[in-house]
Amino acid sequence: MSLIDSISLPRSVRLPRVDGLVQWIVPLAIIAIWQIASVTGFVPTRVLPAPSDVALAGWKLLLSGELVRNIWVSFWRASIGFLIGGSIGFAFGLANGLSQISAKLTDTTLQMVRNVPHLALIPLVILWFGIDESAKLFLVALGVFFPIYLNTLHGIRTVDPQLIEMGRIYGMTDGELFRRVIFPGALPSIFVGIRFALGIMWLTLIVAETIAASSGLGYMAMQAREFMLIDVVVLSILIYALLGKLADSASRVLERATLFWHPAFQKR
Amino acid sequence: MQTALRTSLPETELASPANFAPHARVVREERPIHTSGLPLSIRGLRKSFGDNEVLRGIDLHIPAGQFVAIVGKSGCGKSTLLRLIAGLDKIDAGSVSFGQDIQPEDIRVMFQEPRLLPWARVLANVEVGLGRDRASKDAHARAEKALTEVGLADKRDQWPSVLSGGQKQRVALGRALVSRPRVLAFDEPLGALDALTRISMQRLLERVWRDQGFTAILVTHDVAEAVALADRVLVIEEGRIAHDVVVNVARPRQRGSAELAGLEGSILSHLLSADDRT
Repeated sequence: MSLIDSISLPRSVRLPRVDGLVQWIVPLAIIAIWQIASVTGFVPTRVLPAPSDVALAGWKLLLSGELVRNIWVSFWRASIGFLIGGSIGFAFGLANGLSQISAKLTDTTLQMVRNVPHLALIPLVILWFGIDESAKLFLVALGVFFPIYLNTLHGIRTVDPQLIEMGRIYGMTDGELFRRVIFPGALPSIFVGIRFALGIMWLTLIVAETIAASSGLGYMAMQAREFMLIDVVVLSILIYALLGKLADSASRVLERATLFWHPAFQKR
Repeated sequence: MQTALRTSLPETELASPANFAPHARVVREERPIHTSGLPLSIRGLRKSFGDNEVLRGIDLHIPAGQFVAIVGKSGCGKSTLLRLIAGLDKIDAGSVSFGQDIQPEDIRVMFQEPRLLPWARVLANVEVGLGRDRASKDAHARAEKALTEVGLADKRDQWPSVLSGGQKQRVALGRALVSRPRVLAFDEPLGALDALTRISMQRLLERVWRDQGFTAILVTHDVAEAVALADRVLVIEEGRIAHDVVVNVARPRQRGSAELAGLEGSILSHLLSADDRT
């Protein structure tokens, strides 16, 4: 199997409670140093406001309801775009992985389109859709399409042929073979695609919202820049970081739930 | 030494059934009394891959319930022969017949790799072997029975990844046995195991063969394994059956006995002398 083997850690590092906290030491330390640097005047607040100022700005926006509304709008765009692009990518990945005819017909075309940076299409997309919701959804969908397509295709094509032969010998029908051998075998690779896609999803959305939007986190950041509200700009960037982390954690939870058989995910 | 050896005869006297008549009788007595196995007749079997002619006309009859080992150097076509018998590859010319209509579940193959589904627990992996009966009500019970036969009943809820190599191969054996096959084809099933595990697996194979009485065809590169397990050893050279040796040694066989060692030695010397000629 091409799957990574589990890496066993020494017992002392394995305590789960400590593990959960360890990953936050570095981010918290950075914030602490940043706060000290701001308070002492080492970093001028015009360049970078103190974390406490950023938190205060966040609190104000939270009270006004603006923050929640903008996060919600961005979250909605990201999810819908991801769902549309992801399902189309998954469908093409399945079709081209399972059918030679389908692969011959569409793979070359898709590979060519893939080499166009999708953000380069922004001027065209604005001309087509204006700064409407559909413009953002289109860009996000296009961005997440390729990692999911490529990894689904790769996953299906690299399922151990010996297992497929075994399934056929033991009389599995095509449907059974897909459900019991091909799909579970492709799943680890599909998850790699999902995690790549989540990264691209946020990147695309930030760019699209800063260039052409009238709501959302990117729009909030651009508005703040207009009025020199640097604390709000920094706040938007931090929220993007948190949302990205959240999306990654969600995909990890899903991965754990579906790849429970995998040695790398088994409880040690 | 009482065991007469065909391999000690000149090559012109190859594989003529008449040569084996006295031994064939004894072999028949050794076979399980209630055999569920199928007899197997192969006529003029040929197979090529591109320009490479792997099998150049194999004629062979295997009586029901016999344990046949096929040995030969790598690339001699022994695995190809097994795959053709099991119906895994297409036959170019000739025929393989079992004397009656057979169901897919009647013939099972065990490979060198266990080929277990990593995402299915041990019991579910054995159930795969039921073929079309997978959905039947007694599927669980039958799989558990097969697992007990290979001595792994306590591992039923484990993932394959936590089993040792020998245990995985035993699960694969359980999966092959669960449909009560009438012909079981082994393609070097013990090739990847360590020496001690091999010996205990050989005993297990012999025991299930005696209990169930299927026709067993074992491809192996280990001549000692072939003479320890089989009623009959076929030596394949350059796509043909070069020697057909009856192993006329009573079971249970004592591993390392002079009789088996003598047989092994003469088969090996034949394999090696063929090497010298080329």
